[in-house]
Amino acid sequence: MNPTFTLDGRAIPFLPGQTILQAATAAGVFIPHLCYHPEFKPHGSCKLCTVKVNGRHTASCTMQAAPGMSVESETEEINGERRALTQMLFVEGNHYCPSCEKSGDCQLQATAYHLGMMSPHYDHFFPNRPVDASHPEVLLDFNRCILCSLCVRASRDVDGKNVFALSGRGIDTHLIVNAASGKLADTDFTLADKAAQVCPVGVILKKRKGFAVPIGERTYDKAPIASVAVAGEK
Amino acid sequence: MNENLETAAHPESLRRVAIDPVSRVEGHGKVTILLDDDNKVHQVRLHIVEFRGFEKFIQGRPYWEIPVMVQRLCGICPVSHHLAASKALDQVVGATHLTPTAEKMRRLMHYGQMLQSHALHFFHLCSPDLLFGFDSDLTKRNIVAVAAQYPDIARQGVLLRKFGQEVIRITAGKRIHGTGAIPGGVNKALTIAERDELLKEIYHVIGWSRDAVKLIRQVHEQDPDLYDNFGTVSSNSLSLVGANGELDFYHGKLRACDAQGGKIFDGVDYRHYNDYLGEEVRSWSYMKFPFIRSLGSTDGWYKVGPLARVQNCDHISTPFAEHARRDYFDYAGGRPLHAPLAYHWTRMIEMLHAAEVIKDLLHDDDLLGDQLVVQGERQREGVGVIEAPRGTLFHHYQVGDDDLVTMCNLIVSTTNNNQAMNEAVRQVARRYLHGREVTEGLLNHIEVAIRAYDPCLSCATHALGKMPLTVEVVEADGRIASSLSKA
Repeated sequence: MNPTFTLDGRAIPFLPGQTILQAATAAGVFIPHLCYHPEFKPHGSCKLCTVKVNGRHTASCTMQAAPGMSVESETEEINGERRALTQMLFVEGNHYCPSCEKSGDCQLQATAYHLGMMSPHYDHFFPNRPVDASHPEVLLDFNRCILCSLCVRASRDVDGKNVFALSGRGIDTHLIVNAASGKLADTDFTLADKAAQVCPVGVILKKRKGFAVPIGERTYDKAPIASVAVAGEK
Repeated sequence: MNENLETAAHPESLRRVAIDPVSRVEGHGKVTILLDDDNKVHQVRLHIVEFRGFEKFIQGRPYWEIPVMVQRLCGICPVSHHLAASKALDQVVGATHLTPTAEKMRRLMHYGQMLQSHALHFFHLCSPDLLFGFDSDLTKRNIVAVAAQYPDIARQGVLLRKFGQEVIRITAGKRIHGTGAIPGGVNKALTIAERDELLKEIYHVIGWSRDAVKLIRQVHEQDPDLYDNFGTVSSNSLSLVGANGELDFYHGKLRACDAQGGKIFDGVDYRHYNDYLGEEVRSWSYMKFPFIRSLGSTDGWYKVGPLARVQNCDHISTPFAEHARRDYFDYAGGRPLHAPLAYHWTRMIEMLHAAEVIKDLLHDDDLLGDQLVVQGERQREGVGVIEAPRGTLFHHYQVGDDDLVTMCNLIVSTTNNNQAMNEAVRQVARRYLHGREVTEGLLNHIEVAIRAYDPCLSCATHALGKMPLTVEVVEADGRIASSLSKA
């Protein structure tokens, strides 16, 4: 019999070494997240997966499950905090869902819907982030970067190329391309790279394919992110 | 009286009356009228006061994003912008001929949009003026009052618009701002279930459209003096016509006719539009003034939209609409009418045509095909032109080797009608306001003339960095204390 912790009053079994997020997902319970990906080490940076463990806030993607823990997730307080974090992500970048080709397939958009975000609430930063269209097959639209670092981790840990990095500090942190020119065309990045597949938003895009999938057939047209994440990450 | 009425000789001594905003039109505009102490009219201007910027901010964006982005110019006719941009970008991806499925899906989407937009304009926005009178009780001049007094007419209007919106939803994924067309084709075909859903309604839609043509004809014939002469100013006209001279909303060659119907140019490949049409900027409006180059800016202005299209074409390819067109021409004595209120009649003929074309398309198995996209040799430039509900719409793009847009020029339907609308309101001001005490009912006459053109003022104000902007500080006595201009 596996040990258990309680999540919003429900007993969740876990295996040794599993995090709260992993155990919850395996039990069919969705905890919102953006920088977490089941194939990579947790990063703990987006804080969307924050829960309360025995009354204290912690990132569920990095906190290992332990017997008898009392975890709160789907509470008004915590979802309110997640919604505020999501709103901040929207205003820090330039996220224009109406004309974004990732709309319907975007985890940030789907998470905002899941959390009932009705407006950005905060003033927009409107940062000036030119796109990088230098690569023949891939477009980089930095306007939509949420600094999840999944491309950084994928390129470094799976592709062995180190094409991407986060540079700067605090509010000035931004995604860069590791080339003297700063351009993707001057790296050995290819469409087959793992880093080309993991962007949860609309930064790393296969060129000339936008809007090829009709409305109704996109990932989150068919099922909300809670179902998609639980089905895909079990 | 100042004959021109565009610019008064001494505006500082005149009283200013403003209609702000102009109601029951798309977008935001205002009319200013300058009157002297005897209520004589000296200046009338239709101003466009919105400021958009699409031509500028799509520069630097990837070309495949453009058809989805530019349709946000409008919430009423987004499909027109979506398809005009797609047609331009077909050329960029080297798609010289679309697959039958792709072209017919686009046509279905577009004719659905013509139907819903024309229904919206006629029933929701204009029918109160036409059914109750231009200076009727203000509280009755709305669709709710129409529904109370003429429930069948209002119901048909609502259902016609709903059907058009359903056609758009099924072809583009959403009723407003969908994604159906992509450079080189479309992203979906029709399913049998979707086709059958639309087929259930289409014969009702054709019947209601025929009733609408009858209704506007009756209204017109009840008071021909008013309907033929209200705001009437003769002008040139411009539209696309199909390969055999037929009315075609999706594709064709440019034809311009003079006020008598004689051809100024015909069979022009719209990719060379810039050789035939120019645009003039005036200091008092954000909206440009297009003109036919060979005639110059003073004489070369023209009308677009239903009146221009129905009168420019040689025939209509569907039977009921062609019959209605012949009726209309019999009424007009075989000559072009230049009455703004004749827009309503021709608009309803077009709505009937759209319904008939939709019916024909729904019986075409090409719509169920699976060949959706073609590509060819990549080009750096494309021009897409389409007949939007309000008239001829031009989209012109240049795209770099990195796939980013480097140049965009849009000539939007309403912009083409800028001078025509201004002339119409001046004509109405001359006839109805000059020397009279200004009342709300009289001011609505001005709005009726503008409304007939179905202007979309939001679409028309897309330019950025091209319009001269002047800020004036005016003293209480009318003197200009200071002025700042951006050339």
